[in-house]
Amino acid sequence: FQTYFKNSEGPWKAAIDALRRRNQENSLGLQPLLLGTAQPQSRKRKWNAQLVIPASSTNRNSLEKNKEKGCVDLYSTSVSFPVEQLQTFPQLLQNIHRLEFPSQMGSVLTNPLLLHYMNCMKDESVYLRLYYWMSQTLQEECTWCVADNSQCEEEFKDFLETVYKAECFLQEGFSSCEEFLYKSLPLWDGQSCRSQVLKLVSWISLRSFSEMKSQLCDPLAQLFFTSSIYFKCSVLESLKELLQNSLIWHMVHLDSEADSQAHSLNTTLSGLVNVVAELIRFVGWISTVALRLEKNSTFLLYFILDFYETVCDMYLKYNLPLLIMPPAGVFYPALLSMDSVTLNQLCYIMYRYRTNLVAAKENERSKKKILQFKFSSQTYQEYNQYIIAMVGCLWTSSAFQKDNHPQGLGMDDELLKKTGVQEYKTSFNIVYHPAMMGYALCFLQQAWPDDTTFNFSLIKGRNWYLEYLYAQGLEGLKVFIESSINRVSQAS
Amino acid sequence: ESQRTAFLLCKQWTLYSVTPLYKFSSALLKDYAKLLSASIAAEKQKGLAVEVGVELDIKAVISILPDLRHSDRDQAAILVQLSTRSSFSKKNSAEKLIWSGWFCCVSEDDLSENLLEDFTCLPLFLANGAETYTSIVGSWFQKTFDCCFRRLTISPLNLSWMAAMWTGCKVDKTTSATELVFSVSCLPYPLDISYAIHTEDAKALWDTVQKTPGEITQEEVDIFMDCLYSHFHRHFKIHLSTMRLVKVSTAIASAHCDGSVKFLQSQYLTGVLMLLTELALSQIQ
Repeated sequence: FQTYFKNSEGPWKAAIDALRRRNQENSLGLQPLLLGTAQPQSRKRKWNAQLVIPASSTNRNSLEKNKEKGCVDLYSTSVSFPVEQLQTFPQLLQNIHRLEFPSQMGSVLTNPLLLHYMNCMKDESVYLRLYYWMSQTLQEECTWCVADNSQCEEEFKDFLETVYKAECFLQEGFSSCEEFLYKSLPLWDGQSCRSQVLKLVSWISLRSFSEMKSQLCDPLAQLFFTSSIYFKCSVLESLKELLQNSLIWHMVHLDSEADSQAHSLNTTLSGLVNVVAELIRFVGWISTVALRLEKNSTFLLYFILDFYETVCDMYLKYNLPLLIMPPAGVFYPALLSMDSVTLNQLCYIMYRYRTNLVAAKENERSKKKILQFKFSSQTYQEYNQYIIAMVGCLWTSSAFQKDNHPQGLGMDDELLKKTGVQEYKTSFNIVYHPAMMGYALCFLQQAWPDDTTFNFSLIKGRNWYLEYLYAQGLEGLKVFIESSINRVSQAS
Repeated sequence: ESQRTAFLLCKQWTLYSVTPLYKFSSALLKDYAKLLSASIAAEKQKGLAVEVGVELDIKAVISILPDLRHSDRDQAAILVQLSTRSSFSKKNSAEKLIWSGWFCCVSEDDLSENLLEDFTCLPLFLANGAETYTSIVGSWFQKTFDCCFRRLTISPLNLSWMAAMWTGCKVDKTTSATELVFSVSCLPYPLDISYAIHTEDAKALWDTVQKTPGEITQEEVDIFMDCLYSHFHRHFKIHLSTMRLVKVSTAIASAHCDGSVKFLQSQYLTGVLMLLTELALSQIQ
């Protein structure tokens, strides 16, 4: 008794075949190009496929005008300016009152002047026309959703690139593109048109995103965990851009909504805050897992901390009342990393967190009315715990004693004795930190060029050593130490 | 009434979904026809003529088909016909119809209420004739009314629904049998299995499955298909359920998964169109 797989899903079979073909091509290596056989088969272009449309004026509107007026009025100034003749920006400004949109809205994507015009006019039917054309074209030509399209990846890639450039120009995403992403991300293999898809993700509108978890987070997470480190970093960069675009939009529109009802402002604001918080927690989660998978790779940490560089400044820079600390699975690998770049980045981020928290407390105290949003005491506690660990690692050598975070550095004396490190109570600070040891060595070489014993304990007085470090370009370290560490002793 | 739509029957129609047409007016059909004829003549000059040899003038006629709608709220169907007239003999030569296509919208819901004023919703397009003419006419509509045509394919799931629904329709003369065609793909050569059942037997089976008249559930369709599969297996030891259903032919209509239909009974025409309109709308949404 044999059972067969139901063969009703064509796309799966086609996708497997395509992947098999791609793997075969990769494994066979370079093959000598034989004349004629190496040409890719150009598929017969469908008549209804419209990836690139040249802008041309409508011709049927003249029918309506003739019917109404009876004859063409040669002296009237209501003759519209033909779109094909629009070449320069001054021309656009001169003719803006009599310019008509082209007969096919899809042509505006490759025409910056028409994009300007579309932005000014704010016509519902214009957006709807563009919406229908773009959503149909994206669905029809998608190379991973439609079995026959896998040969035409280059063309689709160019099309996605065009859509992305138009979004960057308008500083806003297209809703048809967003819907396309929700439908196609669950089917995406992470390979086809990778950089274009991730770039388009960054223009998703967070403020109206109700199903972020199922439509964006789940499909991305699936691909994220099973992919290379470069893909992981690309996703993190894309999510950072997504966050930034939404924050910039919020900041820009906050000014224009200043006069509107306070109530509606608060509801949309709380909606945005919730979605942004969900996104940040999602990134925190995947970053923690990714760091374990990639063994705390410095390359990966750079992108993760880059994301948190945006997160830490949300209150002061973008006026969004939200502060979320990085999870322990990100903070501790960064604190204990072997790389000074990472440590420097972390110091800068913690400095900005402090600045934001201090400003928030100030605003709380000074304002008479009760603010709807204020940072919870839990946030302050999290921050304080991290600071204790950081100061312990960099300054007071007391990280192992003072840090009581469940995923932190607290360790028993017994365990520390087993490490065999002499004077362990004073041997983990800015001089001895593995990320900073390189600087200590260079310092000793410069100060005592003949001494080859590299006695780190010579670096006692902190002031001039810190000046030395700051001169090496460790700006983050500088601002962190100057803000968070009260220097009691003024050593020489 | 059925006389006016009789010419739609027994022809193979290729299905497309169409996004709403912008600034389309049913009052200007004659002008549209003129523009379309001019556009076709221009394409012919470019060298896209189908007929070789005799110089043929192609004339386009666009008209309304008033009967194909569910209610008065539906947009009236629009018919486009291309016919040739030999340019040698002028008046008395017979016009030969070479291509026809029609837009329609048969739906229970009022689709126009959500749509802006300037848009006309005619989501289903059916074409019969050479592909080159379909492409010329379709391209003209795309350029003029900023719409998008997409081939409407029918999934095996929808085909099985059609098989169940159409089998349940009462017909007077049962000349044709109900036929299901399956494609077997795991073989190196293409193989189709055709499974034909007497219409009365199929209807009797469906009547035992369907619980509420006028309502059909997915479960009932599955039971119906399973019965047919197990009957076939009993005789031929082949599991049809593992194969791909590609074509369904019943007494009232036939449909192929490539996206083509044939209407065989005018009394059920609107019913079938309603189903196809729904499929077209799901492809546009």
